[in-house]
Formats: sequence, C-alpha cells, structure tokens
Amino acid sequence: MTVLVIAEHDRGEVPIATFEALTAARTLAASMDDTVEVVALGDESAQIAPDLALHGAEVVHTIMSPVLSDYGPEAYAEAVVALVNAISPSAVVASGTSRGNEVLAGVAARLDVAFAANVVAAEKSAGGFSVTRQQWGGSLLEDVDLDARVAVLSFAHHSIEPTEAPAAGTVSTFNVDLPDELARTVIKDRTVTSAGVTLATAPVVVSGGRGMGNAEAFAMLEELAELLGGRVGCSRAVTNNGWRNHSDQVGQTGTRIAPEVYLACGISGATQHWVGAMGSKNVIAINTDAEANLVTKAGHAVIADLHEIVPAIIEEVKKRQG
Amino acid sequence: MSDFPTSASCVVIGAGIVGNSIVGHLAEKGWTDIVLLDKGPLPSPGGSTGHASNFIFPVDHSKEIVDLTLDSQAQYEEMGMQNTCGGIEVARTEERMEEFRRRMTSATAFGVEAYMLTPAEVKGHVPFVNEDVIVGGFYCPSVSVVDSLETGTIMRKRAQDADALLVFANTEVLDIETAPGKNKPKVTAVVTDKGRIECEHVVVACGVWSPKLAEMAGATIPLTPAVHQMADVGPFDILVETNQEVAYPVVRDMDTFCYERQSSGSMEVGSYGHRPILHRVDEIPSNEEALLTPTEMPFTPEDFDQQMEEAIELMEFLGDGEIRYAINGLLSLTPDTAPVLGPTPEVENLWSAAAVWIKEGPGVGRLLAEWMTDGYPHLTDPHGADATRFYPPQRNVHHVEGRCNEHFIKTYGITHPREQWESRRNVTVGPVKARTDDLDAFYFEAGGWERPHWYESNADLVERYGVNKSRTHVWDADWWTPISDAEHLHMREHVGLVDLSPFQVFEVSGPGVVDYIEHMVVNKCDLPVGRSIYTPMLNASGGFRSDLTIMRMAEDRFRIVTGAFDGGRDEYWFRHNLPGDSSVHFENRTNGTVTLGVWGPDAVALLSTVTESDLGQEAFPYGRVQSHLIAGIPVDMFRISYVGDAGFEIYAEACNGMALWDAIWAAGANFDLRPIGAAVYGTSGRLEKGYRLMGSELEDEYTPVEAGLARPKVKAADFIGKEKYIEARAAEGVAQLCVLSFDSLRCAAGYDRFPVGAGNEPVLTLEGERILDAHGRVSRLTTAGNAPSVGKYLAMAYLPIDKCEPGTKLQVMYQYETYPVTVEKTGADLAMFDHDDARMKA
Amino acid sequence: MMRVLVCVKRVPAPGSRINITDDEQDVDTAHLGFTTSPHEECALEEAVQIVEREGGEVVVLTVGPAEAEEQLRYAASVGGTSFVLVPTDGTALDPQRTASIITQAVNESESEGGQFDLILFGNESADSAGFQVGVRVAHALGRPMVNGIKGIEVGESTFTAQRAIDGGLEVYEVPRPAVLGILEGINLPRYPTMKGRLASRKAVIGEAPIDSDAGGLRRVRLHRPEETVSQTIMLPTEAAAAATAVVDLLEELGVMGGES
Repeated sequence: MTVLVIAEHDRGEVPIATFEALTAARTLAASMDDTVEVVALGDESAQIAPDLALHGAEVVHTIMSPVLSDYGPEAYAEAVVALVNAISPSAVVASGTSRGNEVLAGVAARLDVAFAANVVAAEKSAGGFSVTRQQWGGSLLEDVDLDARVAVLSFAHHSIEPTEAPAAGTVSTFNVDLPDELARTVIKDRTVTSAGVTLATAPVVVSGGRGMGNAEAFAMLEELAELLGGRVGCSRAVTNNGWRNHSDQVGQTGTRIAPEVYLACGISGATQHWVGAMGSKNVIAINTDAEANLVTKAGHAVIADLHEIVPAIIEEVKKRQG
Repeated sequence: MSDFPTSASCVVIGAGIVGNSIVGHLAEKGWTDIVLLDKGPLPSPGGSTGHASNFIFPVDHSKEIVDLTLDSQAQYEEMGMQNTCGGIEVARTEERMEEFRRRMTSATAFGVEAYMLTPAEVKGHVPFVNEDVIVGGFYCPSVSVVDSLETGTIMRKRAQDADALLVFANTEVLDIETAPGKNKPKVTAVVTDKGRIECEHVVVACGVWSPKLAEMAGATIPLTPAVHQMADVGPFDILVETNQEVAYPVVRDMDTFCYERQSSGSMEVGSYGHRPILHRVDEIPSNEEALLTPTEMPFTPEDFDQQMEEAIELMEFLGDGEIRYAINGLLSLTPDTAPVLGPTPEVENLWSAAAVWIKEGPGVGRLLAEWMTDGYPHLTDPHGADATRFYPPQRNVHHVEGRCNEHFIKTYGITHPREQWESRRNVTVGPVKARTDDLDAFYFEAGGWERPHWYESNADLVERYGVNKSRTHVWDADWWTPISDAEHLHMREHVGLVDLSPFQVFEVSGPGVVDYIEHMVVNKCDLPVGRSIYTPMLNASGGFRSDLTIMRMAEDRFRIVTGAFDGGRDEYWFRHNLPGDSSVHFENRTNGTVTLGVWGPDAVALLSTVTESDLGQEAFPYGRVQSHLIAGIPVDMFRISYVGDAGFEIYAEACNGMALWDAIWAAGANFDLRPIGAAVYGTSGRLEKGYRLMGSELEDEYTPVEAGLARPKVKAADFIGKEKYIEARAAEGVAQLCVLSFDSLRCAAGYDRFPVGAGNEPVLTLEGERILDAHGRVSRLTTAGNAPSVGKYLAMAYLPIDKCEPGTKLQVMYQYETYPVTVEKTGADLAMFDHDDARMKA
Repeated sequence: MMRVLVCVKRVPAPGSRINITDDEQDVDTAHLGFTTSPHEECALEEAVQIVEREGGEVVVLTVGPAEAEEQLRYAASVGGTSFVLVPTDGTALDPQRTASIITQAVNESESEGGQFDLILFGNESADSAGFQVGVRVAHALGRPMVNGIKGIEVGESTFTAQRAIDGGLEVYEVPRPAVLGILEGINLPRYPTMKGRLASRKAVIGEAPIDSDAGGLRRVRLHRPEETVSQTIMLPTEAAAAATAVVDLLEELGVMGGES
C-alpha cells in the first residue's frame, strides 16, 4: 500500500515543511512496508517532482484543473479525495502547516474519517494507528488511537529534520473533473506586506523587551538584525507600551518562531513570551538580571547592560563581515 | 552567577518586600554572609508583593502598626520610592462617621495629619466622586503610593554593595534542617535544589508560603492565604490627562469594603467585600503552573459583581472602563489580623516575618534586624505581632481558617476594642465552666480561654447598688453591662468568687533554679519558702517584657503566674533562657490547674468555714503561699489581691476544680457570695488600686522606674536588663505613669461618654496640643474605666515629668471630642481606693 | 443586517507547565482559570465589529460543560447578542463528534432564526488543537470555508477574506453564506466594561441538548514531552569581550552570512 503525501507549493516553490512531511512519511511507510507517493496539485506540479523524488517520492501524482490554478482548500481537498478513492492509500499525510492542516481536515471531512493534526509519532496498530500528537502548542502530547480505513495525519512542523532519500519520483498524471464551484475558495489575489524573510522564517531573530527602555532603542536591534539577515521581534510589554507593532510580537499571542538564533535583549521571559520563542534552536540572552526567567532558559547569556553590549556586537559583526 | 554557598550566617527565604528589607537592614547592622533565596525569578518572584496595590494609609488604632507604617513610609521616602498622593476614606453611614471620629483620635494620638471632610470637600479633592452616596470623609494627606518591587531591589543591592549578601532566585527550598539545640531543635541548614547551606539563622519571609516553610523545620506560622480581588479598569480621559501614576488621592469606600486607586490612565478597584476565599498553601500553583504568577489566581467575577455596582455608585465613570486585568490576589491573613513576627516558639534561630502588608514591609525589615541582632526590637514593642503569642490550639489551620473566615469582612470593618470572636469559641475552657455556665456567665476570650466577663445572674445587683444603668452612645455601651459595676460594689461589701483558670501557671524547679529565676526577673526571688514576689521581667533594653507573680513553693521550686494574654510569649522567653544543662526544669501547669479567687470583706470568714486551717493574718500573712485543705481538697492558697480586697488565689488540681467550686459556693450561701467577672477583676478593681496591666501600662517602651514599679534597692544578682535598669534609676525622670480622673464626661451632644481606654486616646494640654515626653513618647490612655467605689471615671497614662503633679489639668480626646481630666496620682502608689491597703491586709 | 454565529470553546488558562490528571485523561485544572480560546476571542470581536457596522446579531455557541456558561457570559459582556450552550459531561469530545453536534445546532438555530450569513471559528483551539471542526462543519453545511483569516470585508454577496502567510496576505473572495477560521491578530479584542460585565449577568443562555456518535479519534492518554534541562553558559560581561564571544557563537552557528 501507499503513504500518500500532499505536497505543498506556492506557485512552484516547495516549503521545507513538505520535505519534513516526506521524511516522516518514509519512516511510517517503512514500518508498514508501504511506498511513499506524493500528490502535487496545480500547474506547477510536474516541475516540483524532482525535488519531491529527491526526498523519497516513488511516485508523484500530478493533478491539474482550472480550479487548481492556485491554492484553494476545497479544491485541494476534493482533488486529493478523488485520488485517495482511486489508489486507496493506507495513510494521507501532510505537514502541519496552515495549508496542510486545512487540506487534511477537508479530506477527512469528505472521507468521513478521523484526522490527527500535528503528529510527532505514528505507527500501525491492530485496530488502526497509534498516534502521538501535539496539544497546547507542543507543551503536551496526546496519545490517540486512530480508527479509520485511511489514516489522515499531519506531521508537526519543526519537529522533524528533513533528510534526502532519492527515489524514482515517477510522475503520474491523475485526471479528475473538479466542479467550477470549488473556485469559490481559491486564492483571488495576493498582497505583499514585507519583503524577504519574515519574523516567522528568519534564521536570526533579534528581540527586545521592557529592558530596551524606549522605542528609539530598537534602532540598534534593526541594525544588528539587518547585518545578520534577521528580523526584529519584541515582547508583549513592548507592544503594550506602543514601542513596536503587534506584528513584531513573539509569543503565545504573537508570532511563534523557530530561528537558528534567538537573541533576547532585556526580556525577562514571561511565560507567554517563552511559549512563542521556545522553538528557537539557540537562545542568547542579554540581561542585567542573572536570575531573570529567560536567562535561566537560554543556552548562553551576557549579564550586562544591553545598551552597551548590543553596539559592541554590531561593531564586532561589522569588523568580521569586513 | 556566584557559586552556590555551602554556609551562611543567615539565610532569608523570600525576596518580597519583607525579605529584601530584612537583608538590607541586617547588612546595615553589620551582618555578613547573608543569603537571600527565592523560588521565583527576580525582581518579581511571584509572591504577594508583585501584585500589591502599594498604597499606604498610615492611620491605625494599634500603636505598633502605626510605628511600623510610619517607619516604612520614611524608608520608602528616603529611597525615593514614595509618591505622597493623599487618601480619603469615605463613609456611607453614620456608624462609619463615628469610626472616622475614632480615626481622628488615633491620628491625633500618633501624630498623623488628618481631617474630617464633608461630602462637598471630598468632591473637592476627588471631583469624580458622587457626593450623594456619601455622608463624609476622612482625609489623610500623607497617604502614599510606593514602589515596593524597586524598594526591594534597592534594599537587596545595598546589602550586596556592602558585600554582605548573596542572592539566589529560581532556587527552591526543599528542607530546613535542625539539630538538638540548647532547649529545643535549632536550625542547622537550608537544603535547596541548588545545594545545601549550613547556617546559624533562618528567616521565613515567604508570605503566603510561610506555613509550609516553617513546617519543614517543625515550626508553625499561623496564617492562611486568602483572596483579595482586584481589577484594573480603564482607560479614562480624566486620569490619562493627569500624565501621572497617581494624581488623585486614593479613595477607600469603607462601607462597601472597596478602594479606588489611580494607576496612570486607569483605576485599580480592589475589594475586601466578597465572601472569604481562603486557600491552603498546597493549593497555590508554582510559578510554572500559574498563568500569571502564583499569587495572582484566576479571577472569579461573580464574587466581584456587587463591588462593581457599588464602585459605579461612587464613581459613575467606572462603568464604562474596560476590565483589563483582574485577579484573585493572594495575601496572608492571621487569626487576629496582626503580623507574625520574631522567633518561632518551636525552633531556635528560626524567625518569622510573615503576614506583613506593603505599608509595614521596610519597618518590619528593620524590626527583625534589631530583634535578631539585639535580642528585642527598639522600633516599637511588637508584642501584638509576636510569633510566640499564639497557644498551640491557635497555631493550626483550623483555628486560622475559622478566625479568618470571620474577620475577612472586617478588613475595612469597624471593630470595637472589646468586640469578641464568634468562631472557634469553647475550644479551651477551664475546669469549672459548667458552673459558670449555670450562672449565665458572659464570656470574653482571653488568650483562647473562655473567661467569664460578667454574670447575667447578677442582674439583680444593678438595682440593689443603684449603678448607672445605661450608656447613651452605642459605642460606649457595646460589649458593656451595668452588671459589672454592681458586681464590683458587691465584692467590696460582701464577697466574690472569680474563675481565674485562664491564668498561666508555670513551675520551674531543679538545682539551678534560684540562679535561673534570679537571672530572669528584676526583683529578688531567693526568699524563704512560702513567700512571693511581684516583679517586672525586662528585655535587655530595660523595657518591660512581662510582669509576674512568683511564689517560692520549695527550696528548688518556684511557681510563676502570668496573664492569659501573655502566656505564649512568657513561656517562650522562660524556655529560651533555660540554661540547657537540665539543672532547671520548666513545666507549664496551666492545663492541669484550677485557679479560683475569693475576695471581699467576708472572704476570710467564708473560707474559714470550708477549711480547718487558720487563715488569720498572723498565721497566714499577706503575700504568703501555703498548702491547706479546702473541703478535703489539697490546695495552694495565696494571700494576694489584684482587686483591693482581702482574699486568696486558690490553686488545685484541675480534676478537683468542680468540687472546690461547689464547696466554696455552698459555704457562700451565708455570705451572699456572688460570682465576679473579669470586668471587675481586670479593670475596675485593679484600676481603683492603680495596678498596672501588661500590654496596657507595661510595655518595652517604658521602664519599671517610669511605671512606678522600681524597688528601693537593686538586687545583687545579675538579671536580664539590669544594666539598663540601673541606668534608668540613675537617670533624670522623663515620664511617669499617672492616674487621671475625668472632671466631666459630658459630650457636645449633652450626654456622657465613657472612654474605652484602648491605647489610642491621646492626653492633650488644655490648649489641645498632643503631649510628647523628652524621648518622643506620646501620652495616651493605657486604661480607662469606671471606679464605682471611688465615684470617678479613671484612666492611666504616662505623662512627662512636668505634667505629673497631682492636680494638673489636662484633656483627653475620645472619639474626636475632648474631656477635662485632672492628674490624681503618680509614682509608686497609684491607688485611689484603700490607699494604705488596709482592706487587703485585713 | 447580518446574522453571525461564533463558535467558542472553554479552555483552561495554564502557565508554562501544564499538569495532567492522575488518570492521564485530562489537563489538571485544579488551580486554573478558564478562558475562551484566543483565536475565538478574536472571532467574537470580529463578529461584534461586523454587526456594529452592518447591523444584525451575534449568536455565540459553545459545546461544553455547564461551567462554559462563564464563557458565554463573557461573550455577552463584550457584545454578543444571544447564546447557546450545548451541554456535555465535561469530558473532551473528539473533533468529529464536536463538528456533528455543532452542525445540528446550526441547523436548529437556522430553522428558527434564519440562515447565518457568516459562521466564525477559531483557527484551532488552544488546548486540543485539532484544526478541523470548522472545516467539517462547513463541509457538512455545504458552505465555503477558509482558515487562517486575518481580515474580513463584507461585500454584497461575498466576503473578502485575507489569510496571513509568510511575507504577505492571500486574498479570498467567498460567497455568502460562508464559514471562516479566524487567526489571532485580526483585531485586538475589547475587554468587557464593568457595565458590560454587570449586564451580562442578565443574558439568557439557551440550552440545546444535542449529542452525536463518537468519531475515529480516541484519547489514550496525555503526557508531557521530555524536557531538556540545560545549563546556561555565562559569557563575559565586559562589552568588547562579550561582543567577541557572542559573534564567535554566531559564526559557529553559521548565521553570519547576512544575506537577507
């Protein structure tokens, strides 16, 4: 049988998340002696097949339709359901991204089967699947029995390191007639809010808290972030004080981030902030208080006044970057 | 981060306002190697300090609380952490206005500027108050709002800068280890999740967590976490426009138990009006488990609705404010509302600094540092907050919760000084309570004991003696009855039986007992067997710690008798000072003893009918203790009197109590014997004789010389406070205890008032000026009451030497009116009745 | 005039450490307060704002224990107009069952009060985060549904909905009636006023006893992920030395590239 992975792409660009899902799908498939196949939707689906093959796709099912001209949750779900009905996979999986979860929810609704979102471990069991999934943004895990003729799962984003495993990647065109009505939820337009990396995707986030003292102090964080190709974030106290926009806020009620480096300047580390930043690979805290919450959670800390340390770091970065 | 230490002189647990203030003051007093721990992060580790509204109303009816508050305000001011915005308490009832008159009296006594306001004047200060719902206000310009977190940081930093302190946040105390000490377990180490610190002293300054920490060492700190609801409401243009944290006076809406405190653009509305919501310590979430902090528990809006409605009545614009933050904030409540300070009775060198409000924090820091350094504090005499004041039945969660459920609503309530508790009654009763019940005793609680205050069965005496039957003002009449004066007169004419079982009876014995007892008290105890002595017991400062009656029962055995209110403190002190070598044995005999008193002109005659012993003055002189049989019951009889008539204290085994009572009662039929309550024994009887009472006239601030209790000579033996006592004797007198009589009790409304004598009524000059002595101590009534046999209303007060002369005319303020008084007596003999003690020695 | 339904869920409000009951079946809420799931709080605010502009009513529906009345009263205090509680015994329902119950409740409400022009869900619940109830309900009702919405414009016959993606917004134009999944950040939800709170006590909470069969997801247990305990490495505190150490670290971690 088959583990069917839904490939995400935005006008031909495949996100890392899809490769994470492929990596996880390979493990699941191997445990069941299944093959990994991928479904790619829309006009660019054939062109992304090589990348999918590189990450383990034996077959890449491509589906084209006027209503798949761009992303649309209903059209995607209908198309995948048609394929599922045709090839009867043991599992349909995707990454637990906004689109991945949305499409899988639609698939499960149409198949009238269960859907487990943000899974970190799954295996076949006697009655179906034993699945471990994230709750509370990953603070808790839930073991569930998933009882369904086809397992619909999304794999938690950021929980798997994507690896390559070249496979055949045979492109197979699947023809399906999708009703025009599905166009009602297809993207009509896009607007760009900011260029380049975003807070959510930046490899480096330079963040300031109450210890910044005022809005003007963020200029040096902007400078440092730019030198490092990163973005500026902030704590809730900062947005409450009106020093930065809510869109810069890292936390439970702001953006959740997972950068390579999180440089936290003058942030004491209230829980609601930490929940948004805990996905960071490396945390460096600059704070005058060695006992502050974020210092105790950081891998590295400088216990000193950020107003002295940050300019020194900027100098040093400039020096080394030449 | 500093290396975690393995030893310290003192470990202070808890980095709230109290713990920080303590380390600051310890360092200032020269302590080094101090360690401050908290399980939460800094600067706000998650205790009650972090969510406090941080305002300070300095007026209180308790002198020690005012002392602590004023000292704290001075410290906040010195650190630049105080914003003096003023504060107004508003009244919605006439009853509250009377309370404001009492507050004006306290403010006058303790030197705090204050004014009574009309509703229009209140509106003048706070324009958004609805003057239609209030009848007046009490305005105190020195009310302030402070930054308690920053103050804590400064305190901590001062100790760190002095190289006296290491601070470890995010460090959880797992255990407090003890080892056998001199007389009881002594702290040896604090075990944390970061390591073990050996130490000499441990201070528990953990707020709501204190009972749990004390328990680790085997000690008790009787308090309970309780909810105080608070909501931040706003924003409002009228507040935003001020561009200040606090521009308007803090308003306390006393009759709805609410306050409104500006916080920049919004208003903090807090309430003590909801149902009591008590928690157990183990119900408090950890820092990690809590959404906000452990002491900011989830808001329960249904408990706050009524307060919201009432707040909107007072300040209509509040209704349109958004509720941006609302908590069930935890704070610490104790059974009697006072803090729990000083050494714990169970464990040596384990100190409590708990149940302290922001208004007292820095002062408590200084007080504890003094206590730990000098043996007893100087800032104020904290006997009302002393951690050792509670008896064992009062030190547990049942008592704490029972009392706190009762008094939570009184946080902003009006509590009469004589008011009695309803909860947790009849827990500790004497051996003859069945008999006093039969006589319709009305009980007041004395240190947890049920003590008859008067007997309804004596109601017939009111007519017989023609005493003043009523008091016009309800405040004067509360918790009072004319029966007491009638009982008094009956005892003076016939004979009375008093249940004295709440007396605290200690026995000390052993080969080292003479040296020990001489070391403890001022007067010479090494007397022949059968003699007794009344003596002060002093702190090292030379001030009163207690006054005691001591009887020599045998060559190596003394009986010590102290009052029901002081037993806990005195027992702690006696045990604390035991030599620790088993040469002296201490035993509290109270619970096994029945103590009855028989006094009056017919006392000797009556008792002579139930004993075959000769009770005549020759065989049994005044001041002697002898063993006899009464109706075949072995008793120790002590010929003494605190009431001014002849008679005896009679001690027996508790199991014989009923039979003893019955025998005396039966014999009393021929003498018109009546039961007499503590209102006579403790106030009117002793007041006529000018006898001093611990906690009223006697406290650490005053010396035996000033109290008129210095003997002609100082004994040879060394004793605690001797050096200071000798200094005080040699020094020129500054103040002296005096008896005053009221020339008139007539108030402006045309009827008589009857001052309570609760410690907050100031003595004023004829010009109305407050009277301070050369040491800055204020003259105030320490006791007041009717003297039925003298025919005057009397009071006691310390006066500066130049005002002690009998005949000096002064005034007393009571409920914000003044009454003329005359100095009657001063010095050693303050008796207004039976000046030469002829009746007592008859 | 708009008839808008907002579906909300009562969830615990824990700190960073969430405790689990001894039977491992639920979050231990002994010392916790409860709240409306944050995305749904924004959905409610959005609905109230739409109705303030367009006129109409905001119906608030929850499936939960009797105590979920608290969340409906909160909704009343911030502008909700009518309220439906579908009572449960308090145990967590699986998403299929929840969706089926809500679908029935919608049908019942619509048969009495007319069709909802717009049904709002939160993107996902704060606790179980199943990411599917809204989609299932929309499918069952045959209505268009888009999740992740951070902006809504009401048109004559459509809603223009904006969905946040990295670096921008996707724009959808869905015909009425529609279902949208709201993402926190679409608005800043208002706080209740004191008057609002007091008025909410008088709100009538309608009870709709509805149930449905269990779906295919059955909870076995809850547990906590393994926590990584790490010791913080303290870098020098002097500015130049600190800068050297920090930048060494950045180099080591390969983030000194600087291409943006």
